[in-house]
Amino acid sequence: MKKLNGIRLKHRKNTENSQTIDFTLPAKVVIPMSMHMGVPCQPLVKVGDTVKVGQKIGDSDAPFSVPVHSGVSGKVTAVSDYRNAMGTVCKAVEIETDGEQTISEDVKPPVVTDKESFIKAVRESGSCGLGGAGFPTHIKLNPKTPIDTLIINAAECEPYITADYREMLECPEDIIGGINLIKKQLGIKNAKLAIEANKPEAIKNFTEMAKNDDTIDIVTLPSSYPQGAEKVIIYNSTGRIVKEGELPSDEGVIVINVSTVAFIYRYMQTGMPLVTRRLTIDGNAVGEPKNVRAIIGTSFRELLDFCKTDIDSIKKLIGGGPMMGMSIPDINMPVVKTSNALLAIKTYDERKTSNCIRCGRCVRVCPMGLMPAEIDKAYKIKNIDELKELKVMLCMNCGSCTYVCPANRKLAETNQLAKSLIPRK
Amino acid sequence: MNKLIVSPSPHDENYLKTSTIMLNVILALLPALGVGFYMFGFRAVTLTAVCIASCMMFEYASRKIMGRSNTISDLSAVVTGIILAMNLPVTLPYWMAVIGCFAAIVIVKQLFGGLGQNFANPAITARIVLMVSFPSAMTHWIKPTEYDYDAVSSATPLAVKAAGGDAPSYIDMFIGKTGGCIGETCALALLLGGLYLAARGIISLAAPVSFIGSLFLLSWAGGDDPVFSILAGGVFLGAFFMATDYATTPITFKGKIVFGLGCGIITFVIRHFGSYPEGVSFSILLMNVLTPYIEQLTRTKIFGAKEAEKNEG
Repeated sequence: MKKLNGIRLKHRKNTENSQTIDFTLPAKVVIPMSMHMGVPCQPLVKVGDTVKVGQKIGDSDAPFSVPVHSGVSGKVTAVSDYRNAMGTVCKAVEIETDGEQTISEDVKPPVVTDKESFIKAVRESGSCGLGGAGFPTHIKLNPKTPIDTLIINAAECEPYITADYREMLECPEDIIGGINLIKKQLGIKNAKLAIEANKPEAIKNFTEMAKNDDTIDIVTLPSSYPQGAEKVIIYNSTGRIVKEGELPSDEGVIVINVSTVAFIYRYMQTGMPLVTRRLTIDGNAVGEPKNVRAIIGTSFRELLDFCKTDIDSIKKLIGGGPMMGMSIPDINMPVVKTSNALLAIKTYDERKTSNCIRCGRCVRVCPMGLMPAEIDKAYKIKNIDELKELKVMLCMNCGSCTYVCPANRKLAETNQLAKSLIPRK
Repeated sequence: MNKLIVSPSPHDENYLKTSTIMLNVILALLPALGVGFYMFGFRAVTLTAVCIASCMMFEYASRKIMGRSNTISDLSAVVTGIILAMNLPVTLPYWMAVIGCFAAIVIVKQLFGGLGQNFANPAITARIVLMVSFPSAMTHWIKPTEYDYDAVSSATPLAVKAAGGDAPSYIDMFIGKTGGCIGETCALALLLGGLYLAARGIISLAAPVSFIGSLFLLSWAGGDDPVFSILAGGVFLGAFFMATDYATTPITFKGKIVFGLGCGIITFVIRHFGSYPEGVSFSILLMNVLTPYIEQLTRTKIFGAKEAEKNEG
């Protein structure tokens, strides 16, 4: 089997031994109605309403959307326009907490009898991919083609982040329970739990737990970035190639994040929707890097203060990992469903971009086998035929090309800009 | 608090710079240059210094005149200066060397857009310019370690052989104790430098191996002495330091192999059938010209790509 290209990054998993700490109840939360891909929700509450923990506060009729719930009990103080880190404008509900944390009557284990009711329950849970991309889970679990293998993505290949790793150490039963639940409900024969080799303890534990179950296979992924990218993890754990324009389900697989699986399992037991999440707080401006479980809507500033961060020194805030995460423009933005990490960085490379020296490093590292240097050239002269020929649409924006470029060219960014030139059919 | 910087991913930083790469190339050239200094004496030092200084001066001046940013600090002009000096006979008048530097930096490199944009190797092209402009000055060789710059003597091993004389021993050729350009005689030092660059991941050995390998096999098949063939002339200098130039050779592994094979074949053809004793410079220049076509035909295999739709017409 051909090995895919990749890069070696410093892992910097400073928080791998940091037990998850429940972050204290904030005085106020701001819950955006759009936290990931899909149609934004409309608020179901208005100013002055009282809400309880687990109460649905936003929903939409669109199938490609996920409802939003409150993680606190208290009073709605504002429903206002909000621009999220991706630039999407939606409504956001601001709730002043009352400190009681009264649980809503709606929170009860869902009744699941068949696949349809299972998918419906998954949607009601408010679940989306917790690994960062935030694909709605109920869509992912309801493909049009038959599936024979469920791949659990536990690569966590980005530097710093240990949120999934802590899930694996702290809640392994939920993960195995979730795998079995999804397998049963969707009629999938096999599951593969794919973990990057830099997490030997998790690999050992799960190998032990699954040793009597030959339908769950623990796969050790090589320690090279980006193992967690969907096409890469599918290839490295099953040998299947998801071709251009195909979905993983066309190859008979579903890839789902490990923390998402554990969440689905807990939801089916308790009925408590997605209102908290674990995230890694780290970066060189953070005094005490930690893993915290925060209520969705908690402001980043409070979490950074809690982790003894030198706020004045921060130059860059990143939501997610340093390779694919997004710049956060405002420190007061809230934790959302997809926040797997918050990195506060006090250094910034201000080197100028210089000419491509054609060293070919970008070509050697691209896991897709693309030629970013050539795409860069074709983009400069807006040669759309050439861009198509170079298959720029297959770029998954893993950032490896930009990372290795000695001329500091922003190749990954160029790829995204180049994609926008290609007319969609 | 500062304003937060917002930029697209990736945010992680890698501190490999163009100048670091160039510095490594300079380091890798030092052993062969040192041997050249030892074999050909103090004038080799001053000639190299003249080349480096004029390359940097031309780089600075031409970019200044064209209104472009100053790129002296990327060290690429220093590399060109050193490689050009290594391609010159030690007795070459300084003013001729300056003309070579002008050709390399201004004509070949900056007029095409500077570092990475030139289609031909600056040092090789400058050597060829000097060779056709000043043929006698460019083939005036001295005996190694005797430092007698006026004596008309000791030809290069290739010239000796072409004239029907006895070639020097393999050992002398391997350690550089023969007549020739300042930096091309010591195969051992060039090999060390090349292996250092390969170990640092700066060059790929694909082109040097296929260049030297194909020349060896062809010479053998053609009835020449294959060991002599690869040790004589600028084969090692060309293979490790010029057939691996980023800007003027193909990017992909397959392309590099094709490039090296082409260099080996052309060098052999020129030496075996031509009237010119040396063919390395021409082979690299000709393959530089073919590089865009080699590139077109040796693109990477894209993971999961479907066949391109046929364009009409």
